[in-house]
Amino acid sequence: MDQTPVLSLSQVSKAFGAVRAVREVSLDLHPGEVHALAGENGAGKSTIVKILSGVHRPDSGRILLDGEPVEFAGPADAQQAGVAVIYQEPTLFPDLSVMENIFMGRQPRSRFGIDRRAMRAAAAELFTRLGVRLDPDQPARGLSIADQQLVEIAKALSRQARVLIMDEPTAALSGNEVARLFGVATTLREQGCALLFISHRLEEMFELCTRVTTLRDGAYVATDLIADITPDDLVRRMVGRELDALFPKQETDAGEVALKVGRLTREGVFTDVSFEVRRGEIVALAGLVGAGRSEVARAIFGIDRWDAGSVEVAGRRLRPASPTAAMAAGLALVPEDRRQQGLVMDLSIERNIGLAGLAAVRRGPLVSRAAERKRAADWAVRLRLKYARLADPVNVLSGGNQQKVVLAKWLARGPSVLIVDEPTRGIDVGTKAEVHRLLSELAASGVAVLMISSELPEVLGMADRVLVMHEGRLVAELSRAEATEESVMAAATGRRAA
Amino acid sequence: MTATATAGETVRGRGGRRLVDRVARVRELGIVVALAVLFGVTGAVNPSFLSYASLRDILLNSAIIALLAVGQTLVVITRNVDLSVSSVVGLAAFGGALVLADNPGVPIPVVIAGCVLLGAVCGAVNGLLVGAAKVPALVATLGTLYAFRGIDYAWAGGRQVNAADMPEGFLALGTSAVLGVPLLALVALVVLLVVGWMLRNLRSGRELYAIGSNPEAAVLAGIRVRRRIVAAFVANGALAGLAGVMWAARFGTVDATVATGKELDVIAAVVVGGVAIFGGSGTVYGAALGALLLSSITSALAVLRVDALAQMAINGALLIAAIALDRVLALRVAAALRRAKERPPNRITPSDHSEAR
Repeated sequence: MDQTPVLSLSQVSKAFGAVRAVREVSLDLHPGEVHALAGENGAGKSTIVKILSGVHRPDSGRILLDGEPVEFAGPADAQQAGVAVIYQEPTLFPDLSVMENIFMGRQPRSRFGIDRRAMRAAAAELFTRLGVRLDPDQPARGLSIADQQLVEIAKALSRQARVLIMDEPTAALSGNEVARLFGVATTLREQGCALLFISHRLEEMFELCTRVTTLRDGAYVATDLIADITPDDLVRRMVGRELDALFPKQETDAGEVALKVGRLTREGVFTDVSFEVRRGEIVALAGLVGAGRSEVARAIFGIDRWDAGSVEVAGRRLRPASPTAAMAAGLALVPEDRRQQGLVMDLSIERNIGLAGLAAVRRGPLVSRAAERKRAADWAVRLRLKYARLADPVNVLSGGNQQKVVLAKWLARGPSVLIVDEPTRGIDVGTKAEVHRLLSELAASGVAVLMISSELPEVLGMADRVLVMHEGRLVAELSRAEATEESVMAAATGRRAA
Repeated sequence: MTATATAGETVRGRGGRRLVDRVARVRELGIVVALAVLFGVTGAVNPSFLSYASLRDILLNSAIIALLAVGQTLVVITRNVDLSVSSVVGLAAFGGALVLADNPGVPIPVVIAGCVLLGAVCGAVNGLLVGAAKVPALVATLGTLYAFRGIDYAWAGGRQVNAADMPEGFLALGTSAVLGVPLLALVALVVLLVVGWMLRNLRSGRELYAIGSNPEAAVLAGIRVRRRIVAAFVANGALAGLAGVMWAARFGTVDATVATGKELDVIAAVVVGGVAIFGGSGTVYGAALGALLLSSITSALAVLRVDALAQMAINGALLIAAIALDRVLALRVAAALRRAKERPPNRITPSDHSEAR
């Protein structure tokens, strides 16, 4: 790496009020490298991305473009300098066409205003370069996340971006979509782009990247060649301590059947799904994205109506399509998307925790603030929540701590059946281990846990039994001994019917 | 395999697009159909509804609201709203009339320009409150709705400008016609076509849609959001100023209460015209057609001798029907897109299982 980096940060610091988000971080991005940025949630990765993309201005330190100091007054400046960002949730205009999304603000013009024909041709050419097929005229609304990211990448290409920052681009992608994205990333790298890649999945960093810079609590830890370190080294740099065993599921004896799902069907979504979860068990529901797992969970909890079949909790049939009935029967559902479905982001921590159990903190027709606060404080301690004040809105918490708030909200109700959908998505390694410990303790205390997870190590480490779904059907049930990466994947991809 | 998968997606995309296109077209087509039915039925019951005088009145009545609806659309597209337009109309109408009454020698174009400028200044106040001071548009323009009207009252001090006080040449603008079409309607039409062209063919026009479609993404795309929002409010204010002069020319008698409450008619026209109240989609043509439809209904109900009080209720019902239709269509589109997305063939590549997703 003797050439000048395209873009670098030198001793950059940034504070938000009293919170020092990043402290004296340095980072070099060279042309033709894929550089990973690693760190737990709250380590300052997002702040770094926002500094590089001109959204935030550093309080101190310098940004160097081709070795020369620059200042980005806003995103427009960074774009001008050739820096493009692909956010985890693509930032498209749903009402506008794909081509307008790509060329917004830079549409080709003729004498009579925007030249749509030229714009369409240019978009088609970009898609050809990326090796994907998308219709330039279709509206962005309705595109899959993967396709939306491709539109973002096409946008970056059209701007002649020299630095492409990908902020957790793979979090919502399925396996082959990840492969396609990596293909595109490799093409860009070979064309001399510098890529900064952020992911919570270590294996992806090791597959794609050449170097990795690690942050911890906002501070710079190290920059290593990927070839020189092991995943364990990287985790140690991120957490700063040795991790306990990542998946501490305790052995428990399964009790009586707590949740019994019989031949559950929702037309066009899932078909003939039957299984049982016993008290003390953790049952994983594995499968590819789109296999219908979350939909089954939503139906069990009564959010969506089912067309046929039955759900029994502790031997009693559940009224369909009634979350109230499901809650009364002792069910709890921690949804996949905590920001949209799990939390009211602007409400305080204590109010979020109290939300699912207002009956318990009621005094007459009113909510007792004192009871609510006591309950929240109690659960915050039990889940080791990191917070400043319980009255703070949950949107100031890191992803992992937000997930703990969602868990607290439901656990405070003392559920007999807990359904968790992707419980550790997008949360850092340390908190992940805590969530696993918690689930394990819950099972040990007699709760029946149904866990939907797309992470194989989590499924294999945590589950007593693994159910696998493929295209809306339950295709396999594997015991802990039978479940291996190969057997679960074989069933999930439909290569083996059980 | 990737090729197969994306090919499947493209087909789905086209299906989705056709549907969206069709719905978009239906929105404006629907208003045209509604207009045709309205004129057909009312004309059959009472042929005088289709007479030249009646049609001319309808055009004159809708011209000012249509002009305001065009301006309002600019603001609504950016996910904002301007409630103060009626007060701006009142201010400009009274200001223009007063200047003309006191100084008959002032050239009429200067008065018109002055009113447009006055409106633009009011729009700038709104724009700065919303764009720079980050006051929600609903609150900011509700405030200026009262503030501008208050200024109007204070300025007028109970006075009224009568038609007799104003120059003939000015009042003629309100009644003259070109080839049988009222001049005011032509002005509204020209504004409509110009703004419609700008929204479709200028970068700044597309940026307004982008801002309303996803404000955060607009910032990240380097769009100067604040400047665009201010510009939308200024343009809307300027059009409201123009509408004020038109009002003075048409009605001749002007006091401080001119156009009170008209902001709701304007917003109703915009919504009926298919402009999404949460921004990002809709056209000025739809909004103008919406204005035409609403004034035609009012005229038709009068011709059909429906009680004036019932007219309001019918207008309200129509508005709710339009919004309900909008929502139903949106849900239909969403459902169609979802159906198309569910389990597309060959989406999952068996050879790829780097992880269980």
